[in-house]
Amino acid sequence: MTESDSLLTTPLDALHRELGGRMVPFASYSMPVQYRAGILTEHLHCRAQAGLFDVSHMGQAELVGEGAAAALEQLTPADVQALKPGRQRYGLLMNEAGGIVDDFMVANLGNRLFLVVNASRKHIDFPLIESVLPTGVKLKPLPDRALIALQGPAVAALIPTALTFMGIGEIEIAGIQVIASRSGYTGEDGLEISVPAEHAEKLARALLAMPGVMPVGLGARDSLRLEAGLCLYGNDLDETTTPVEAALTWSMGKRRRMAWDFRGADAVRDHLDNGVKRIRVGIRPEGRAPARGHTPIQQNGAVIGEVTSGGFGPSIGAPVAMGYVARDAAVDGTFLDLIVRDKPLPARIAPMPFHPHRYAR
Amino acid sequence: MKFSKDHEWIRLEGDVATIGITDHAQNALGDVVFVDLPEVGRIVTAGESIAVVESVKAASDVYAPINGRVTEVNSALVDDPALINGEPTGAGWFFRIAPDGDLPDDLMDADAYAAFVDTLA
Repeated sequence: MTESDSLLTTPLDALHRELGGRMVPFASYSMPVQYRAGILTEHLHCRAQAGLFDVSHMGQAELVGEGAAAALEQLTPADVQALKPGRQRYGLLMNEAGGIVDDFMVANLGNRLFLVVNASRKHIDFPLIESVLPTGVKLKPLPDRALIALQGPAVAALIPTALTFMGIGEIEIAGIQVIASRSGYTGEDGLEISVPAEHAEKLARALLAMPGVMPVGLGARDSLRLEAGLCLYGNDLDETTTPVEAALTWSMGKRRRMAWDFRGADAVRDHLDNGVKRIRVGIRPEGRAPARGHTPIQQNGAVIGEVTSGGFGPSIGAPVAMGYVARDAAVDGTFLDLIVRDKPLPARIAPMPFHPHRYAR
Repeated sequence: MKFSKDHEWIRLEGDVATIGITDHAQNALGDVVFVDLPEVGRIVTAGESIAVVESVKAASDVYAPINGRVTEVNSALVDDPALINGEPTGAGWFFRIAPDGDLPDDLMDADAYAAFVDTLA
């Protein structure tokens, strides 16, 4: 059996191939890294107009039953109970050591919670969540739903909705009932659309037929999220990293930071009260050479950290990166050396996002 | 024009060989955003990594397909690496080498290289 035989496919697999998608293995799925236009064009087009992304590999699930929000809060410092119907937020799943098991989105759909987790982590997240559920609360994975992200400044006019940023609701698009949230992972305004698998291709074709919509692959999805300063689990976040180190303290609810009643709370509280040794920062290399993940970061010849995500930022026209550095060095403007191919590449710590967010707040 | 298994092309004119990456290679790499070129005067051995080309996705080595001395590099690529995608066998050339001795006998002609690329698909 070859590698491609063992890969999972999304409901849009045939469409990707028809559109000239260059298919690569990603998180056990065969996914398009780019289409015919190429990563640079797809990236810039999404910032200028609208890009369609297949993110059906991500894990979708419902959490149903009395006390679902409180049950989930055992594993996350996000304030889930305060989430009003029709609202969504970003959160982190935690381990006992205060490390991040995954980052995810949670929405209140009125009679149930709706979760979206990373493709590479769903096999870990879902059993973890199930392990803490009381009688009467059920996790129902939704493997028969596709997820399509439509991102870019043109989306609001193409699909007018009453949703505001991080709003979510059951609406109709192109005659198809979907769950749409006004969110995404590019830094642009846009929608993430959950749709039954059997209608996914019809919906995607209807969206692609709208003026200014171009299919965008995982390559540009990565450069867009990096420019937006957003973390990729497995690169920038892992089980040894706390929310304080990851500079994601904002995702922890105020009430949760009073009660400290989530898994790993002691370690997170220690980091918040006593400080961290390392923290996630933005990095701008000088010149044009990109610094990729795992590039060592030095200051005055001593290693003080490592790049966790890096590449060329098409909208910046220059390389951008994020990584972890010693807390003392984590000041905007601080000069660093990135060790690329055994040579020091001058760089500076820089504020994120590198490209301003344009959410519909 | 001759081709290497590492997807470089070699055009020998007089006593200088101009070298770049093939159309197949630039297409596989995707949009090129950075190149690191060798120093002029460097003595290189066939198979030695002497340049780096970075696309949005990843970094790849470019190898010296022949023995010799680097006589010139295409500095236009530093500011405009997209030339490699646009004109891989023209304005997107990488470097020139004055060959030392005969060219390696495993270099391919255009037909043999096309057949070789087909075996990779």
